[in-house]
This record gives sequence, structure tokens and C-alpha cells, in this order.
Amino acid sequence: MAKVVVDPVTRIEGHLRIEAQVDGGAVTDAWSSGTMFRGMELILQDKDPREAWIWAQRICGVCTTVHAQASVVAVEEALGIDPPPNAKLIRNLISGAQYIQDHVIHFYHLHALDWVDVTGCLTADPAKTAALAQSISPWPLSSTAYFTEVQARVKALVDSGQLSIFTNGYWGHPAYKLPPEADLMAVAHYIEALSWQRDVIRLHAVLGGKNPHPQTYLVGGMATGVDPNSPNVVNPVRLDLMAEILPKMRKFVEEVYIPDVKAIASFYPEWFALGAGHRNYLAYGGLPNGAQTDTALYTFPRGIILDGDLSTVHEVDPTKITEAIARSYYTYPSGQDAALHPYDGVTNPKYTGPTPPYQELSTDGQYSWLKAPRYDGKVMEVGPLARMLVAYGAGNEQVRALVDSTLAELKAPATALFSTLGRVAARALESAYLLDWMDTWLNDLAKNMNGGDLRTVDTSRWDPSTWPAEAQGWGSHEAPRGSLGHWVKIKDQKIANYQAVVPSTWNAGPRDQNGQTGPYEASLIGTPVAIPEQPLEILRTVHSFDPCLACAVHVVDATGAEKVRVEVL
Amino acid sequence: MADDTGFPGGAGTLVEALASRGVSRRRFLQFCSSMTAALALPASYTPRIVQALETQVKPTVVWLEFQDCAGNTESLLRSPHPDVAQLVLEILSLPYHETIMAAAGTQAEANLDDVVRNLAGKYVAIVEGSIPTADGGIYCTIGGRTALDIATQVTKSAALVIAVGDCAWDGGFVSLGPTGGKGVGQAVSGISPINMAGCPHNSVNLAATIVHYLTFGAAPALDQFGRPLFAYGHLIHDQCERRSHFDAGRFVERWGDQGALSGWCLYKMGCKGPATNYNCSIVRWNDGTNWPIGAGHGCVGCASPQFWAQMSPFYGRLPNVEMIGVDTTAQTIGLVAVGGVAALTAVHGVGVIARMQRNKRKAGVAPDGTVVLEPPAGPDASAETPGDAGTGGTN
Repeated sequence: MAKVVVDPVTRIEGHLRIEAQVDGGAVTDAWSSGTMFRGMELILQDKDPREAWIWAQRICGVCTTVHAQASVVAVEEALGIDPPPNAKLIRNLISGAQYIQDHVIHFYHLHALDWVDVTGCLTADPAKTAALAQSISPWPLSSTAYFTEVQARVKALVDSGQLSIFTNGYWGHPAYKLPPEADLMAVAHYIEALSWQRDVIRLHAVLGGKNPHPQTYLVGGMATGVDPNSPNVVNPVRLDLMAEILPKMRKFVEEVYIPDVKAIASFYPEWFALGAGHRNYLAYGGLPNGAQTDTALYTFPRGIILDGDLSTVHEVDPTKITEAIARSYYTYPSGQDAALHPYDGVTNPKYTGPTPPYQELSTDGQYSWLKAPRYDGKVMEVGPLARMLVAYGAGNEQVRALVDSTLAELKAPATALFSTLGRVAARALESAYLLDWMDTWLNDLAKNMNGGDLRTVDTSRWDPSTWPAEAQGWGSHEAPRGSLGHWVKIKDQKIANYQAVVPSTWNAGPRDQNGQTGPYEASLIGTPVAIPEQPLEILRTVHSFDPCLACAVHVVDATGAEKVRVEVL
Repeated sequence: MADDTGFPGGAGTLVEALASRGVSRRRFLQFCSSMTAALALPASYTPRIVQALETQVKPTVVWLEFQDCAGNTESLLRSPHPDVAQLVLEILSLPYHETIMAAAGTQAEANLDDVVRNLAGKYVAIVEGSIPTADGGIYCTIGGRTALDIATQVTKSAALVIAVGDCAWDGGFVSLGPTGGKGVGQAVSGISPINMAGCPHNSVNLAATIVHYLTFGAAPALDQFGRPLFAYGHLIHDQCERRSHFDAGRFVERWGDQGALSGWCLYKMGCKGPATNYNCSIVRWNDGTNWPIGAGHGCVGCASPQFWAQMSPFYGRLPNVEMIGVDTTAQTIGLVAVGGVAALTAVHGVGVIARMQRNKRKAGVAPDGTVVLEPPAGPDASAETPGDAGTGGTN
């Protein structure tokens, strides 16, 4: 029996520590700990709600845009604004580009090295690699000469003695099962994806000025204008630039990303049976194609799947969302076992962990800077798998076709989706699903522009004197990593309370007051660990969630301790 | 050259590495030209940069992340010249960067230990995110150690420390919270980081700074905040594509109005360009695709000291900017940039003025190739905020 500690968990955003009990070559218990807290309590308090998005966007630079989006929607809902169609099209284009770029980065740069042994490249036969690549995809960069060059590049790196980002990976670990040719192909695509992501995300710069942290959101719409006759806004030239980017996105997703996921997964079939966890899935839904509140027209439907039962999609009642802190470094005035709705949320940090430097957490007590979100008291997984399962259960034709054909190809049953590789596959499939939507949104924007609808912002509520004395709103969004909610209370034209419940808080959160494990913790149980000193398999399941810890720790809560003591009376 | 800059000898110069994978000399020269331009050096300096990079071995860089959002890491990943793959495979050796390194846990810690132990005084440390100093530093631990413990050990032994983004410079928005978040130059005594301000920093400027260091063996000329003058030496307002509209009195009056569609000046909508030094409008973002004002939203002043406290409310108009055809003076803008927190205000107002005055100094190139400033007109070091941020320079 061994206690395995992975800290830092790398190839994620933020600071995550995993402790796992390993017995008989498999994980028997696990603890997920966020080890960083920034605590912006009181900072958003009393701020102008119209600028909350600028602050909130800094929750995360990887999930850039998503907190800006959730923030403006929360304030818009509070003030009764439904932004003009062009604003929603621009937001959807930004969101869709974010998904596709982020998912590709996740697969190649954050996750692939759990499945791909870089040193395998050295012994690969470039001709056989070319044959393999050409057998799974029409992607043109697939010649023997090309793979020979990539191999030489890796060899030069190894020979230099400076392996840079590849230094000290688990190379040669027995859990790596790809043939060397697949390793070489994947490393070539790893390098290609580095350039691709930089190129295609220019779409954010076209619409938002820059990435990361685009700067064009407004409460009421978007600052970027649309006018066919102006050189300074979205015009035919800028539309053309985006129209050039979208096919690049499509081609890479369809000809590189998805074939690679299928090829690599086919060597690891056992990982379609590992890492399921609680099998409860939640999606707020998002990316509206009508009114912001018209959930029926969301690109991703809203719903809940319980206990892996795809036959029933349950409705989401946002009042049933709570956060527990029994095992987190916080206190609630109403007691350690309380669970609070975000509108009444409290963030009062109180560290009770070991004094650094430390070797082990006090896993019997409090052990994380993350809270433990629950829905109706239940543990929920959010993210691409949740979205695809809810859409599948809800009968979305496109999603059903994508999922069914992939399962057929992999000769896997539907239950295979509840797994580590199920998350990986869902992420790839939803990227494909979004490609058509991206084309639609861009076409609709062009149509509106040519038809004379140039509105991108509703300024009827810009002036705070038009606001009610008190208002509150929920900004729900589907971020690449899952369901995201910002809750805002406005009083006398200022923010009176602000709470964010974030995808990785749902997934990476600790146990709650009832001892229920979080999704990471539950998914790790049963994970094989061949070499406790090299816990490669643990990384596979943790990475399959695409952790984002900066998001997960409550960073932009307006409710501080002082405020709470007043409010709770 | 290698000895001059303190980097270890070893196999493989950049040019050899690039040639081995078929990158043409022409593309290499293009990269050197773009770096010359970014550094605001005369074109005649390109050969010198070429020569330095041709003979330079790969420097070892460790990238530390503390109370961060990884926005500066993402900015690095957007680096257009050099492409990030070239950057991490051929130009630099980056054995420690939590977001993209292969190693995890014990093996990751070993990578960092190895650099600190075996390359003391010979590596570059880049820091992202603030460092919590309150309550014994328990607000950020990695491998059970506090951020402050790690930062102190790693930066003290580094040849060069670069802080990327505002959080690593002056604590950014984290400094406004309860964790005592500070910039690395504030949290660790005795080091003088180069501060790449911005939220996030622009990776073009980071690449240019590293190239300058490799070429001339010294940091580029810095202002009193430790920010490279080539990037932070000029007002956005003075280099804004919409400046002519400001001078002509043409302003966006309401979001989405005809002025907005026509690309008029955003000053009345709260733009902080008249009080912000950054080369945002010149190098732009994402391979020169655009920048915030180009997308119709005002500048939020993210490269300014303590910008969250000083520049919010972001939709509030900077007062007292001289209008219509009159060039703004440093004094007027410096005084108006203050807002919000009263205690900081007086100090910061003077600080901005000092900065503006400093920025009127001209940079020149010394015979040995380093970029130097003319003597300061009348510095007022006591007026600077954030006071204990380093003033850069390393050698």
C-alpha cells in the first residue's frame, strides 16, 4: 500500500495536487486539492456592474472570454437586456473559436503526452509512419520526407542533451502502448498544433482586439461594430479574414484531431472502461441562437443525466445549486456543514492545512481551496462529456449521428462514454459539432450586415439611472470545460454581491459534508498504477477532465467576511 | 558571446538547430529583422543580432507560475516570431513550465532542482503571477512549498529574472485581495526583474527582450519600473490610429453610434490610452491582427502601475485631457490618471508625472551596442509606485 502524491499536476492551468492511496496496483482512494487562492473578496463589491466582466475575465487566461461572457449575461439578465442578434452572433463566434482552439490545445499539448511516448519517435520508421498517417486521413503533411524531418528534429533535441519541455517525462513507462510510428505521427501533430492554434485564434483578435483576454464585450452587446462601408469595424474585409480562418479550423479538426483521437484511443481500449466516476452529468447549456433566455434554441441543450441513464434528461432548476465547504479551507457563518446557494454565497478563507513545507495533506480534515458544488445535494460532472450526453439524451440529431458513428467505429457500446477516454472523445466530437455552427454564425452575421442590420449593442440600459434600485441576475454559459455560472446582485447601481461557480470547481472539488467524493476523486478509484513513483495512469484520468484550477478557486467573489457578518443576521 | 552572457556551452546553436529541420536562412533573417524592429533599433543592428544568435547556444529558461491565470503563458503560445514550437524546441531550453512540460510531480520538481543546482547564475527565470506574502504564504503552494520559498530560491540564482504580466510585476489585481499578493521584485529582496507589464504581456516584447539580452549581453534600457523602454516608452494615445479624430474633436458619444461605426476616438467612452504607456498599437496582437481600440473598445490601461486600482472605473472619462488640436501634456494626464483609492492617489499621480517626464528622454545606442538613455531630466524616485518594484538591469 502506498500514498502517491502528484504535485504539481502539470499540463493543466493552475495548481492542483492529487493524493491517492494505491493498493494492489490500483487506486483505492483519492483526494483532489487546489493549492492556490487569490481571493478577490470585496474587490468587485461596489464596482460598476458594467465593468465586472473586465475583472472577471482575469479569473482565467486559458478559459479567456468565458468569464467575460458569463459576467455580461448576468448583468444583462439583472437589467432585463436581451442583446441584438449581431452581438450574440459575435459572442458565439468568439465562444466557438475558443472551444475549438482550446480543445485541440488540450488534446495535443496538455493530454497527449499521457498516451504518446516522445522517445518512441526515435525508433519509428518514417515510411511506415507516412503509411499510417495516410491510412487514417487525407491531411497533406504525411510524406516520408516530412516525418523524416520531424524525427530529425526530435533527434536533434535529444542529442543536444537539452530536452526542454520534454525533460523527465515518464518515457519508457510500460503503460505507453503506441507503436513508434504512432508516436512519431502524434508528435508531428503536436508541433503542427502549436502553430495552428496561434493562427486560428486570430479570429478573437478580429472580433475582440486580442487574445488572450479579448476586449470588446459590453453590457448590452459588443463594442465592435458591423458596417459594410466602414474600414474600422467588422466589414467585408474582416469577414473575409474570418472566412479564411474557419476552413483552417475545420480541416485540422476533421483531418488531424479527430483521426488522431480515434487512432490513439484504439490502442487503449481498456480506458473506455476506466475513470467513470459518479455518472451524474450537468449542462446549463448555452450559445444562444435566439433570445438569451430561450434555452430551446441553445446550441448546447440544458439538462441533467443521472446515474448514466441516457433515456431521461432531467430539467435544471438553478435554485438547487449549492456549494459546500466542510472539507475546504473556508468557513460559513451558518456552520461548516451548511450548503449555500451562490446568490447567498460566502467566501471566507481559513487555512487549516499543514504548515509548508509539507509532505502530506490532512486528508481527514479540510484539504482544498476549492469548494464543493452540488446540485440537489448530488455530485455532478460538467464538461464536454456532460454536454454531449445531455444533447444525445435530448435527441439532438447531429450529436446522435456523431456519437453513434464514432462508437460504431471504435466497436464500443454507449456505456463506453462514461470513462476517461469518453471525455476525450466527447471533446473531439463537440469540436466537430461546432464547426457547422461557426459557418452558420459567420454567414448570419454577413447576411445581417448586408441586410442593413448593423446593431451590435442595446444601450437603452447603459445609463445607470435607468436601472431599478435592486436587481439580480444569473449569467449561465457553457465554457469549454463545462457549465459556468456567475450570479450578481446589484443595488443602487453598484455590485452588492458577486459569485462565480466554475466548471473545474464542479469537477475538481473535494468531499462535501456528507462525505461524497468529488468527480476527480471518484473517477480515480480503480485506476491502475503500475509504478507508484511514475503515476502516469493517474494523470490520464485527471487530464481527461482538462483541469483549470485558476478558475476553480473562488477568485472574484464580492462577498467578503465583513459583508457577510452583516448580511447573515 | 556565450561566455559574455554567462550561458553554458553545449551542442547546437540556434542556426544549426533551425538548419537541421530545414528552416531557411531567409526565415531566420526575417526573424532577426522583426526583432530589430520590435526593439526600436536601427535596421543596421540586424547583422549584430544575426551574429549573436548564430553563435549563441540555447539558454535554459525556467517559467514559474504562482497566483496566475496563465494568460501570460497563453500569450507566449501566441508568439508569432519566433513560432512557439521553435521557441521551446530550438531557441530556448524550457525544462520547467508547469502548463506545458511533460514531467509532473516529483519528476517536475527534479527538473527545477536540477537547473538551480547545476546552472546557478546561468539561467533565465521567468515569473508569472503574484506571490502571496500574507499568513506564511499558504495561499499558494507547489509540491508542499510556498510560492515565496520557490521564487526566492529560483530567482536568486538566476542570471536574469523577467516578470511577465502585471501580477508578477506589481501584484496585479491579486494585490487588492487578502493574500498579500506581490510582484516578484517586491516579494523577493535583492533581485531586479525586467517587468513585462500588461494584462497579459505581449509575447513579441518578451521575445525581443530575450533577443536583446542574447545579442548585447544586457537588458534593454528600462524605465524606473523596470519596463523596457522600447515597449513602454510611449503613450498609446500618441501612437493611436484614432488620434486624428481626437485632435479633430470627433468622438464616440454612445456605444454603437455613427462615431463608433466610423472609428472615432473612444476617449469619451473611458479610453485610458491618454494615460497609458505600451506599444500595443504598434506591435498589436496575434501576429499583428488587431488591438483593443481596433475592436472598438477603449484601452483599460493594463500596462500602467496598479492599473486595476488606478484605471477603474473603466468607463469613466479621464478628466482634464486637453481637447481639440492641443497636444496633451504629461502633467495634465498624469494628474488625471488618479482615481479611486485616496491613499494611493497622491503618490501615484506624482509617479505618473515622473514617468511621463522620464519618457521624454531619448534612448540611444552606445558604441558597445547597448541601448542607453540620456541622463534623466529630474527623476523623483520617491514618487514611484509600486515603490519596491525592481528597476531592472541584471548584470
